[in-house]
Amino acid sequence: MATTQAGIAPRPDQAGVTPLLEVENLQVEFRTRDGVAKAVNGVSYTLHEGETLAVLGESGSGKSVTAQAIMGILDSPPGFVTGGAVRFRGQDLLALPDDERRAYRGRSISMIFQDALSALNPVFPVGWQIAEMFRVHEGLSKKDAKQRAVELMEQVRIPAARERAGDYPHQFSGGMRQRIMIAMAIALDPDVLIADEPTTALDVTVQAQIMQLLADLQRERNMGLILITHDLGVVADVADKIEVMYSGRIMEQAPVHDIYAAPAHPYTKGLLESIPRVDLKGQELSAIKGLPPNLTNIPAGCEFRPRCPYARDICKEQRPPLAEVVPGRFSACHFAQEVLEGDIEPAQQ
Amino acid sequence: MGRYVARRLLQMIPVVIGTTFIIYALVWALPGDPFAGRCGARPCPAAYVAEMTDKYNLDDPLPIAYIQYLGNLIRGDFGETFQGLSVGEELLRAYPTTVKLALVAIVFEILIGIGAGILAGLRRGSYIDNLVLVSTLVVVSIPVFVIGSVLQLFLGMRWGIFPATVGSDDSLYNLILPGFVLAALSLAYVARLTRTSLAENRRADYVRTAVAKGLPQRRVIGIHTMRNSLIPVITFIGADFGALLGGAIVTEGIFNVPGVGNLIFRSVTSRDGVMVTGAVTVLVLVFLLVNLLVDLIYGWLDPRISHG
Ligand SMILES: Nc1ncnc2c1ncn2[C@@H]1O[C@H](COP(=O)(O)OP(=O)(O)OP(=O)(O)O)[C@@H](O)[C@H]1O
Ligand code: SF4
Ligand SMILES: [Mg+2]
Repeated sequence: MATTQAGIAPRPDQAGVTPLLEVENLQVEFRTRDGVAKAVNGVSYTLHEGETLAVLGESGSGKSVTAQAIMGILDSPPGFVTGGAVRFRGQDLLALPDDERRAYRGRSISMIFQDALSALNPVFPVGWQIAEMFRVHEGLSKKDAKQRAVELMEQVRIPAARERAGDYPHQFSGGMRQRIMIAMAIALDPDVLIADEPTTALDVTVQAQIMQLLADLQRERNMGLILITHDLGVVADVADKIEVMYSGRIMEQAPVHDIYAAPAHPYTKGLLESIPRVDLKGQELSAIKGLPPNLTNIPAGCEFRPRCPYARDICKEQRPPLAEVVPGRFSACHFAQEVLEGDIEPAQQ
Repeated sequence: MGRYVARRLLQMIPVVIGTTFIIYALVWALPGDPFAGRCGARPCPAAYVAEMTDKYNLDDPLPIAYIQYLGNLIRGDFGETFQGLSVGEELLRAYPTTVKLALVAIVFEILIGIGAGILAGLRRGSYIDNLVLVSTLVVVSIPVFVIGSVLQLFLGMRWGIFPATVGSDDSLYNLILPGFVLAALSLAYVARLTRTSLAENRRADYVRTAVAKGLPQRRVIGIHTMRNSLIPVITFIGADFGALLGGAIVTEGIFNVPGVGNLIFRSVTSRDGVMVTGAVTVLVLVFLLVNLLVDLIYGWLDPRISHG
């Protein structure tokens, strides 16, 4: 079923199987007073059932905007999808009229957000907000919907679920609120769950519990999970593959263990080196120096060049496409092979 | 909740005593002979002066006289005017008219104010949005008595659509024009408040969640966005209702509405101290009670506010 647009080759991984979700050459821009910010510039990825895809990248790299475009919840205006396709089981969602597209939200693709306190409606009880999914989508009675909501709250391990269903979001702890978000998102048993930095706002111990919960739910329900984060440490245990985003583009895509063993892009390498490691305690973190490019005016050549220790002359002139380095691994760097093999010296400057 | 209400009611006692004492003191401490001009061109007969002085405890020091007055008030006795009219009865006659007028005004605020605010807020920058912005600005910048007189002249006298004055017949129909004039300023404010609040909430994270839940647009706006947006608006309208129940001296004056505003105005000009103190006491009480009610409604609308 997967129709391919001219010029874009199908991904070699799991060729022949229609992916659950296929994002192809997605482009999003924000038309603001300060100019047109090109937030997403040709992102492509695929997600299969039961698979966990981690999307990594610094703040402003376009992770959330990509997810919002997939969900169809961009702030528009100023945000517009200007190109590409988002195919769910082969159906391009971007080509659908609004009301048909709506049928996919919550039922086929769901999303949870970083800040559950502001993402939940402050004036309705949490049980009501979960039950709303059943009332609106499945036409259940108030009573039955409430019952299902309580069951979901139990599934996401909220203590005393029945008693607490009438409480309001502000009466819960951060971790419990995120569980409520999760319960709401999985209510209709969606095929894809997008989690946009679900643990960033939480304490470390709570972070681990939420990640565990997500991993369990995903396994039980065989969901495809897109996990957005800027914390490489979080994804190591749960993700199958990683997309590294920078300046609205994918810089590297690879199975998680390969990336940890040896990155094929200088940006990934920089990110990995910035993780605090126990064995390096006391030493200075080597966070990547410099800032990402201004999205209203992305310079020609490689977007990472101003910050890249390996940059050469060609990097200024030609933008490296995302290309396969070794089977199953993709990198958008002119020297991907060399970086992967550790066979390149920083440029002298 | 019960304790909160009890505490608020207790807090009202000193406020009521304080305000009524100030009014009482101001009214009776005014310089000049309280009996001047009471008995036609001649000075009042000594017997009358003695009787009145005794009736209103005018010989006692102010605090003592006030305490006696307060004692009567608590027993529900508002006293009599110099002419022998019962203050309580006069208030009972005037108050329903003021309440009716306030209700008419509130209906305008809700229907037109919220309505225009929603239309404008949902379509920022549209023709209707600009229309609302400009017309509310115009209303806000014109004094009430000008709006009132102009509407009275055209709608009332020239075109005869509504009665120009109310007089003794305070039917709802007669109160439409004065009610609208009374509402005008708040109505403009309600429209702007609704518009801003709605526009702000439309961008809120929880609205995005509602969209992500796959809810239909009308539910996203009609239930999730609206419920939050209207909290400050309803609170404002509630507080405004409290203020309107205090009587509207200007509007009641223009349209000759027989309400408390008119009553107070007449009593002040005729230096009828008993009537003024009585009326103001009632107004203070009503204002405090309505405000308590508004706070309770606010807490009910926004669960984040707790009245512990
Ligand atoms: N509502 C908006 N209006 C204008 N520009 C926006 C808007 N939302 C996002 N952008 C632009 O899109 C860019 C990418 O934003 P995005 O939220 O996707 O970043 P992110 O990768 O999720 O970062 P973070 O880790 O901080 O969440 C931002 O730098 C910003 O310029
Ligand atoms: S293309 Fe050049 S500048 Fe860009 S990441 Fe590779 S080496 Fe660095
Ligand atoms: Mg983000």
